[in-house]
Amino acid sequence: MSFVATFNSLPAVELRRHSQNATLSEFETALQHPNLESFAVLISPAADLEKLAALAQKTTLRHFGKVIRLYAPLYLSNECINICRYCGFSRDNPILRVTLTPEQVAAEARYLQTEGFRHILLVAGEHPHFVSNNFLRDCVAKLRPEWPSIALEVGPLETEEYRPIVEAGAEGLVIYQETYDREVYTSMHTSGPKMNFDWRLETPERAYQAGFKRIGIGALLGLSDWRSEAIAVAAHIQYLLKHCWKAQINVSVPRIRPAAGEFQPLSQVTERELVKFVCALRLTFPEVGISLSTRETAKLRDGLIPLGVTMISAGSHTEPGGYTGQGRADLHLTKGGRRIDSEGEHATVQFEIADNRSPAQVAAKLDTMGYEPVWKDWDISLNG
Amino acid sequence: MGTGKFASGELMAAALVASGAELVTVALRRADLTGGKDKFANILTFLDPKKYQLLPNTSGARTAEEACRLARLGREATGSTWLKLEIHPDPRYLLPDPIETMKAAEILIKDGFTVLPYINADPVLAKRLADAGCATVMPLGSPIGSARGLETRASLAIIIEQATVPVVVDAGLGAPSHAAAAMEMGADAVLVNTAVAVASDPVRMADAFKTAVIAGRSAYEIGLAPQRQEADATSPLTGFLNQ
Repeated sequence: MSFVATFNSLPAVELRRHSQNATLSEFETALQHPNLESFAVLISPAADLEKLAALAQKTTLRHFGKVIRLYAPLYLSNECINICRYCGFSRDNPILRVTLTPEQVAAEARYLQTEGFRHILLVAGEHPHFVSNNFLRDCVAKLRPEWPSIALEVGPLETEEYRPIVEAGAEGLVIYQETYDREVYTSMHTSGPKMNFDWRLETPERAYQAGFKRIGIGALLGLSDWRSEAIAVAAHIQYLLKHCWKAQINVSVPRIRPAAGEFQPLSQVTERELVKFVCALRLTFPEVGISLSTRETAKLRDGLIPLGVTMISAGSHTEPGGYTGQGRADLHLTKGGRRIDSEGEHATVQFEIADNRSPAQVAAKLDTMGYEPVWKDWDISLNG
Repeated sequence: MGTGKFASGELMAAALVASGAELVTVALRRADLTGGKDKFANILTFLDPKKYQLLPNTSGARTAEEACRLARLGREATGSTWLKLEIHPDPRYLLPDPIETMKAAEILIKDGFTVLPYINADPVLAKRLADAGCATVMPLGSPIGSARGLETRASLAIIIEQATVPVVVDAGLGAPSHAAAAMEMGADAVLVNTAVAVASDPVRMADAFKTAVIAGRSAYEIGLAPQRQEADATSPLTGFLNQ
């Protein structure tokens, strides 16, 4: 039985209602008993945010200490066969696209090494031709000699398709459900394999079966009511902790950013609500990793770090070739999935980042905040 | 002492000095094992091998195979044949896997390592590991970072009483009093990390642990007064027999 069955039988409406209507005294009780029901109460409007933050800070300190792990995303390709209304890479967006070769990927990666990064996240749109399983395996194999830790954020694959990628040296897999609201999911994903909600929902389990040691999940905040999304994410974490017990489970809380296609969020999540979400995650799941990308501003990121965040990216580019201009010669404009040759300087970004500080500036800030920036916290020899 | 969770390498080095530690463990996964002297993975540069017996550890390993591979790379990179063998497949509670630990210990001892295994407080496993040639056993007081102290006290007492190798109580020691209690029981050493690293003043906390360890050891050597449930009657009930 996969998480789909658990998810389908989740008393989502009741939990959401309780989350909305909880009282301050129920909040106080919920602090004592970390479970899914109390998580719903911790994110309620009645929750005392300052109290939540103080406890989250203590819990984070005890479990993770005064260290923050740094990682960098490296975009392999912005080709995509899916139509996702909120995503800059959506097939129907007329944007400049490119897929790097493994050699070009290695050149981009070398730049990130000079910046200090030893943890890399390879990101790509979903495209069986341009971003094939063999291509992903080749990119990982190319990076393996120089990278202690390689993770992927790519379209879902079958367990057997993941295995060669794990054997090539990949250790982590990130897969966001985007939204746990089936209706909204259907209206957002109108074409391509991503239309299959359940297939995507079961991806973390397939990744675990294939041998990934670190699994990241999350919802893209801004598509549906955030409290419902948060409860579903918490339920998913709870399931994975039990069923994929040898994997380090990580969660991310991305909010929608401006991108090609000019999609406007359907639902707002304020900074205050985001902080509440992070603190509630930390208190309910003290050992779970929480990563925070450059989607958020420097001010919010710096503020969130002591409250529960364990991994951050810095100086990110969200387009292939963004760091060193690799692949420029192959740039092309596509419209409705058809290639129209075109000249351009840069591939189009997936979304605009909000924290433009360099990795060195972020590391210096961590230092002044009393945190050690940890660049290497894994070794390739730990991968089978 | 452990070396994780500190706010900086400098603070860690200062806390180590204050602690009076002789053995210092370091996670190999945080070090550069390629011999390239990576300045972004430089935790080893803060640890003077002339001052401390370096005890590289295999934290992150989930199987005997992974631990052995990491240990061998670590030996080449650090020059230390001493190894804290840590195998915890569950990244959530970081509890050690007894089966994989036993397997890895046998392999690594044959391979010339001085193995100090991190284990649950299991007296039979402790005996098996000592028989296999481990240099110590390192049973946990409570889960890593939990600060709950000697929750495994009854089993620790058996391990210490039965031991033919030094016993190092590792993990869960959240307060100097926990460390003192372990030493009073007859533990040969304690291993402390989180309680010092996340303290508001790690250097002073390290010193507090040092004082507690010395006090606990002295008390053990002197011998504690036996504990009693009742007060001792000043007029013995059988005193009439002497009259």
